[in-house]
Amino acid sequence: MVRIQLITIAINLLFLFYISYLIVKGKLREEYAIVWLVCTALLTLFSFWRDGLEVMARLFGVYEAPNLVFTVMIFIILIYLLHLSIVNSKLQKNMTRLTQEIALLKEELSKEKLPVEDEEGSAKNG
Amino acid sequence: MTKTILAIVPCYNEATSLPSLLGSLKQLRIPGYQLSIAVINDASADATASVAKAAGVTVLDLPVNLGIGGAMQTGFRYAQQQGFDFALQVDGDGQHPPSEIPKLLARQEETNANLVIGSRFLLHEGFQSSFMRRLGIQYFHWLNRIFTGNAIYDATSGFRLLDKKAIDKAAMVYPDEYPEPESLVLFARSGFKIAETAVVMQARTGGTSSISSAGSIYYLIKVTIAMFFSFIRHY
Repeated sequence: MVRIQLITIAINLLFLFYISYLIVKGKLREEYAIVWLVCTALLTLFSFWRDGLEVMARLFGVYEAPNLVFTVMIFIILIYLLHLSIVNSKLQKNMTRLTQEIALLKEELSKEKLPVEDEEGSAKNG
Repeated sequence: MTKTILAIVPCYNEATSLPSLLGSLKQLRIPGYQLSIAVINDASADATASVAKAAGVTVLDLPVNLGIGGAMQTGFRYAQQQGFDFALQVDGDGQHPPSEIPKLLARQEETNANLVIGSRFLLHEGFQSSFMRRLGIQYFHWLNRIFTGNAIYDATSGFRLLDKKAIDKAAMVYPDEYPEPESLVLFARSGFKIAETAVVMQARTGGTSSISSAGSIYYLIKVTIAMFFSFIRHY
């Protein structure tokens, strides 16, 4: 084991604990945690398997191994950002609907309350 | 037979201009029509809600700020629920004088249109907006003509009358940000008849515009994109 391997493995473990903590506390939903868990697993894998990167680079036909890391990571990050934008748009749409529904319900409620407060109204109802 | 109209007044911090607007709206008598008023309080920070409640009109109180389109849609959904024949948008800032409402209704009777827009630019009377804004409005007029073939001059006018069919559509889909030009494409693509009539508008009596000069470029780009996608989307 080389020093850098020990460091990355330790950081990955910490990260893994932090993600678990967030899930347990209900601060991170499991479906979003999947991405982070897979990332951590991949990082851990390459921490143990030192030649892994070179092997993958040769497999994809990339001359400089670090370029493979950048290309793949940037691509994954972009896709994930798009996914988050979609999730955000859906949330916003739902929030608009909910807000409107609450306003309509509040209005209905205030209408129902009025005859009770109003003496003439309750007399008519009774 | 009397027809019912719901005047929808979207308000964001309009407590200063609201009392006089609601006063003149309530005094308005149009033969053959019965006008009800619903103020949509778009999470105002000032006394908008209490001012409107004191005036004795229906208040739809949004707990979260949705923007003008989301607020208007709340009004359309209310109009649909309550079965109103017409819905009318009257801005809370006092730009749309209630005395001009009969003109919209007359135009509706004349043309039987699903949507009637009150336009500032047919007769060039009253408040005409600043030069830069007129330029922007000219751009939307042109854009609207490309997308829908309709020659609507005041595409950004919020002073509009919707019939039952248009209310149903707007209750279902309505853009939440800068809805005016975009919704024209939406209505046109739904096969609705759109008419325009000349009205006199006023400069706002209180509050501030939702479109700042810094935001106007964003406004142009956003609405252009939104109009394009409304155009290619199939409703």
